[in-house]
Amino acid sequence: MAESNERRVVSVIVVNEASVLSRITDLFSGRGYNITSLTVAPVPNSNYSRLTIVTSGSVRVIEQITKQLHKLIPVLRVYEHADLVEKEMALVKFPATENITDINTLCEAYNGKIVNAGINVIIAMVADEPKRVDNFLSIIQRYNPKEIVRSGAVALER
Amino acid sequence: MQINGAQMVIEALIAEGVDTVFGYPGGAIMNVYDEIYKQKDFQHILARHEQAAVHAAEGYAKASGKVGVAMITSGPGFTNAVTGLADAYMDSIPLVVISGQVPMSLIGTDAFQEIDAVGISRSCTKHNYLVTKAADLPRVLKEAFHIAATGRPGPVHVDIPKDVTAEIAEFDYSIELELETYKPHTKGNPRQIKKAMEAIANAKRPLFYLGGGIINANAAYEVRDLVKKTGIPAVETFMARGVLSHDDNLLISMLGMHGSYAANMAMSETDLVIGLGARFDDRVTGKLSEFAKNAGVIHVDIDPASISKLVNADYPIVGDVKNVVTEMLEQSIGIDPKKYAPWRETIEKFEELHPLVYHEDTDRLKPQWVIERVGELLGDDANISTDVGQHQMWTAQFYPFSRPRQFMSSGGLGTMGYGFPAAIGVKAASPQKTSINFTGDGSILMNCQELMTAVEKKLPVINIILNNNFLGMVRQWQTLFYDKRHSETDLSVQPDFVKLAEAFGGIGYRVKTKEEFDIALKDAIDKNIVAFIEVIVERMENVMPMVPAGGSLFNMMLLQKKEK
Repeated sequence: MAESNERRVVSVIVVNEASVLSRITDLFSGRGYNITSLTVAPVPNSNYSRLTIVTSGSVRVIEQITKQLHKLIPVLRVYEHADLVEKEMALVKFPATENITDINTLCEAYNGKIVNAGINVIIAMVADEPKRVDNFLSIIQRYNPKEIVRSGAVALER
Repeated sequence: MQINGAQMVIEALIAEGVDTVFGYPGGAIMNVYDEIYKQKDFQHILARHEQAAVHAAEGYAKASGKVGVAMITSGPGFTNAVTGLADAYMDSIPLVVISGQVPMSLIGTDAFQEIDAVGISRSCTKHNYLVTKAADLPRVLKEAFHIAATGRPGPVHVDIPKDVTAEIAEFDYSIELELETYKPHTKGNPRQIKKAMEAIANAKRPLFYLGGGIINANAAYEVRDLVKKTGIPAVETFMARGVLSHDDNLLISMLGMHGSYAANMAMSETDLVIGLGARFDDRVTGKLSEFAKNAGVIHVDIDPASISKLVNADYPIVGDVKNVVTEMLEQSIGIDPKKYAPWRETIEKFEELHPLVYHEDTDRLKPQWVIERVGELLGDDANISTDVGQHQMWTAQFYPFSRPRQFMSSGGLGTMGYGFPAAIGVKAASPQKTSINFTGDGSILMNCQELMTAVEKKLPVINIILNNNFLGMVRQWQTLFYDKRHSETDLSVQPDFVKLAEAFGGIGYRVKTKEEFDIALKDAIDKNIVAFIEVIVERMENVMPMVPAGGSLFNMMLLQKKEK
């Protein structure tokens, strides 16, 4: 019985302690779950960290992922987002010979701007929904990007 | 008080009421062993291999219901213990395993006997700790015991660098634990329980599906009451043997790959599965899409991740099975046992059609006879361990278990070499009972060095080696599914098991007849020292019935009927 794979965003609040990240990633690799992207940063004014994991799987697999995550001792809470605001950042390096005005206009359309303009390179930044970041990255191909880095998603429930 | 880390370990063990520690010393754990030498509050049982130390702690934990404790050194000491940790993890056995580690300053330098122990144990423990300062030890050890024993039990590993065991800090074990992220849900949702009871009252062919979680939760006697009060038939998983007594007429038998015909048919025909502390393991369900196909499912489990993992639960109840069953008992007034009489008759017919039997049709003894015979002679007076293979399944099928915590076996991981050290732990926990280990000629060699432990500590475990000169279970699969190509399973080249036992100071017997067996068993009990009773049994006997891997429960290979 083929079950459809859905893209899901799962947020995990964990105690900020040694090896907690490997507990999470070991769980994913050990049980054969996917990680599309993962971001982690401390929650301000607490001893917790927040992880945002983009994953995919059938409904049953996603349910298991949240339950298995919750079973880990240092995990405080697991949110499997249904209705959420999701953002991802990308940084792109262009040769300084490319048209800076065009690039800047495109960046503005995707919540971004030129963040650095040097003698040899221009660095642009966008922060938008992951799908729109995909779009941006495909559009800017014509400006010969030299390097692209994506941050992975962060998300908050509405 | 200000004491060093090693003393803290001792004080914590005493505060936890530990009376027995299984272990093996080495460089990184020496400070702790020095303190063990100085104390008199608990006994230390020196195993002869770290794997055996952990299995012994498992046997001790299973028989006593307490947390088992094992202690080992770093590097190879730890890696040897990993099989034991994994075994305890799969079977939800509460353990605290303490390992030494190289000093903090050497961690990460590929030091002598250094291994990333917590990195290795992460995936085979409920939780683990690398203790980086002595001041953390009281909290960590207290958490370790708490986590091991509560919720779904499991092994907790505590790795302590050598300099931390020497470091002096404040020790106060009366601290309150603040585990904000760990709060097992023990009380079942009353509304869900009510709905489940309504489903039971409405069902025509309900079936209790009893799992090992009942034993972990000390809920067997409540379950016995519930089964009796409702008149609903029950099947047990391998891990649940002893929840109901063998003579309970509502107990069908074990279900699953080597379950009885009636148990597997009942599961296939039921309209409501009442799962209590069971996890729908693949050895139980066979082909999932055909498992209890027309049935609703009530699933009571302490572990939310076990519910709807493999089989969707219509009535999921997260909670301690003892609490939930107690609540179910209170709400069972509306259930009329008479209603299920036709269903019980159907099951009786299944039992008559293909009873769980074997045929004594060979010159050599049948292994099943040996197990039944021990059951006749010792019954409730014995605690039973097994190794892994055919003898393990025959024990589960034919031993008349009468109480919880009577049967210890490696169910989830299937660890050959588990039985003998586990039986040593069982004997240490329960000295008044005879400790029997049913084993095979393959398994016993995987931890036979424990003869030394048993002799030294006067723990007279009786190992009954059902010798068919084969790695029997693999041979059975080769016979049935690999066109009789018995690849590397013929164990005709063997040690002299009698001399082997004697070489360690134990006693050995080699028996071929029923009379010889009875004499040997009686003599071993009378002599009260560790024994090997090697029983020469039929070589080609298969464990039947059998559901081939991935097959449906109702498609069993059955014992050929005898011509009358």
